[in-house]
Amino acid sequence: MDSTAHTFKSNALEALGDTRLQDALGRLGHGFPVKRKAAVERMPEFEALRDAARDIKDHVLGHLDFYLERFEARVHERGGHVHWCADAAAARETIVGICRAAGARTVTKAKSMIGEEIAINEHLAAAGIEPVETDLGEYIIQLRREPPSHLIAPAIHLAKGDVAEAFRNEHKQFPGDRPLDEPRNLLDEARSVLRERFLAADVGLTGANMLIAETGSIVLVTNEGNADLTHTLPRVHVVVASIEKVVPTLEDATAVLRVLARSATGQEMSVYNTFVTGPRRPDDPDGPDEFHVVLLDNGRSAMLGSEFHDMLRCIRCGACLNHCPVYRSVGGHAYGWVYSGPMGKVLVPNLIGIENAGDLPNASTLCGRCEEVCPMRIPLPRMLRDWRERQFDRGLGPAPARYALKAWAFLARRPALYRRVTALQAAMLGALGRRRGAFRHMPLAGGWTAARDLPAPQGRTFQQMWSDRGGPRS
Amino acid sequence: MPSKPPRVGLFVTCLVDFLRPAVGFAAVKLLEDAGCEVAVPANQTCCGQPAYNSGDSADARAIARSVIEAFAGFDYVVAPSGSCAGTIKVHYPALFANDPDLAAVIDLAGRTWELTSFLVDVLGVAGVGAEYRGVAAYHDSCSGLRELGIEKQPRALLSSVGGLEVRATNGAQSCCGFGGTFCVKYPEISADIVDRKVSHIMDGGADTLLGGDLGCLLNLAGRLKRRGSAVKVRHVAEVLAGLTGQAPPLGDPE
Repeated sequence: MDSTAHTFKSNALEALGDTRLQDALGRLGHGFPVKRKAAVERMPEFEALRDAARDIKDHVLGHLDFYLERFEARVHERGGHVHWCADAAAARETIVGICRAAGARTVTKAKSMIGEEIAINEHLAAAGIEPVETDLGEYIIQLRREPPSHLIAPAIHLAKGDVAEAFRNEHKQFPGDRPLDEPRNLLDEARSVLRERFLAADVGLTGANMLIAETGSIVLVTNEGNADLTHTLPRVHVVVASIEKVVPTLEDATAVLRVLARSATGQEMSVYNTFVTGPRRPDDPDGPDEFHVVLLDNGRSAMLGSEFHDMLRCIRCGACLNHCPVYRSVGGHAYGWVYSGPMGKVLVPNLIGIENAGDLPNASTLCGRCEEVCPMRIPLPRMLRDWRERQFDRGLGPAPARYALKAWAFLARRPALYRRVTALQAAMLGALGRRRGAFRHMPLAGGWTAARDLPAPQGRTFQQMWSDRGGPRS
Repeated sequence: MPSKPPRVGLFVTCLVDFLRPAVGFAAVKLLEDAGCEVAVPANQTCCGQPAYNSGDSADARAIARSVIEAFAGFDYVVAPSGSCAGTIKVHYPALFANDPDLAAVIDLAGRTWELTSFLVDVLGVAGVGAEYRGVAAYHDSCSGLRELGIEKQPRALLSSVGGLEVRATNGAQSCCGFGGTFCVKYPEISADIVDRKVSHIMDGGADTLLGGDLGCLLNLAGRLKRRGSAVKVRHVAEVLAGLTGQAPPLGDPE
């Protein structure tokens, strides 16, 4: 997808003014965070489990080549294929190539953020192959021709009325006056439409929540079971996954699963946790004839060993989005590219370049709520600062802000001068504002005073008053 | 308590110095009442957080060095702010990770405390002798809460204030949207966040809002006043020290 991360500010303004979006985001605030909190409180060892999950990923990232090669060897032993792809273009070509070789006309697709990252749907369509999203949320936004706005709840920005409208516009096979007021109606209609698509698909394309080096298995986590119909029914199963998804053993995978669902939705386990290993064996009741894993790097190996190394622990649970005050205000689309919220602010500049996403690391209060809830203990605020440091060192960012910062720092490094300047300013602003207590308008602070009063200073600085009293200085 | 009174250097913070000296005097009174000898080094300006959070590490380090120098020789450095204390305690060591001055930075970090945490956790103060008639909501500032674990300390001290009820408020631990330079760079998002926060406070029925960080309190008071709320906003130190007569509540007329 084309990025609009470079217009974050105007995207955000638009989102703030969108009352339907704001209603949807309001519902989010009462949902996932409350459920996560309850799930965590039910599990006394949750903090220890977070440590364990973090340690597993840290170990893997220290030996990524070893575990990826082991994973590849196991996939081969089970009759599958592994395709190493350095970038999005290579992954797209590989996937389109597999689909063409299979003579595919339609591809069913389970939800995959890597699929979004490489914009596979557009490229399949351009190759004359129809992609059909099978996760309900993804299906809805596919009908609406828009990208997901959340890692695990891609249509979180919509209300049920929006869904009904999309179904009426796109499902012309049903009577126009059918009732679509209840979620049940919508669900039943989606099921009936998707069932035919599952049965007709030639290729099933899924992501993977994890890759298991010990067994060559891939792990699929859903609450709808759609990934299972996607990979068992068609003749060919293609998995697209980024390289940091590998874990050493089945046991490691279960440790990660235990923090994943709790952090994401507050469930103890997601409803469907499927371990898929290779193509169908002769005595298997079902499964595909071909099993392909497309391993995508797309900038990740460059993050290894950098200040953004820890970001590769991310398991895409969405907890940082659900708890972020900025995400709550603007929603996922404002961030402008595939990933949003705190994890997106760190990851996206790594994938599309900081010069194309300069606002993302800056549009944060650094409140630290994201790190507090991250199951993998990723130091997101620290990495947002690291991006800011890189931007500052490269002279990126608006010049007036840089000059203002430099002027302030010049003063802050000269205490005697600083005391004189601040005393003058405090006296002036105090004289102007003390009687009313606050300013309703202030030149150069229009952003603040558009929505807030600016409390007035008392009029003299503490340093002046302390000197007047002859207070001790050392 | 050791026989010799602890020598405390007050880190005033740039916002208290410029906007609200009353908070500084309240901090001095609380520290002196607890048996400390308090001095205020003249050569202090700011902890450098605006530079640090803007990616300007060179200036942040230069400012940090002057803080180290100004506060050499004090047993403790105490700030009426979780944000500034967090910068010195948590972020200076990161900023100097590969710097020859790291040892001096770690020494300073170890001596530095946020005011209410210092009173409770270091000095073991159980209560204060102040009076304040009202029902207060408390805003947990993000840096104090998440970097320094400040949550119970101010509430413990406030529970000893005669006439005061501290009422739990929805969203007490969610960010107010101030964020330092964030509220200047993204004022509309900041305003949206503070508006949500202020709605919780107004719905909670408190007549006073207290907190330990002036940045957040300016933001919250600014939005409360703009919405016409009569909620009085003060730094927790003013109430604990019984010095609410020195200045009107934040944003209120004289």
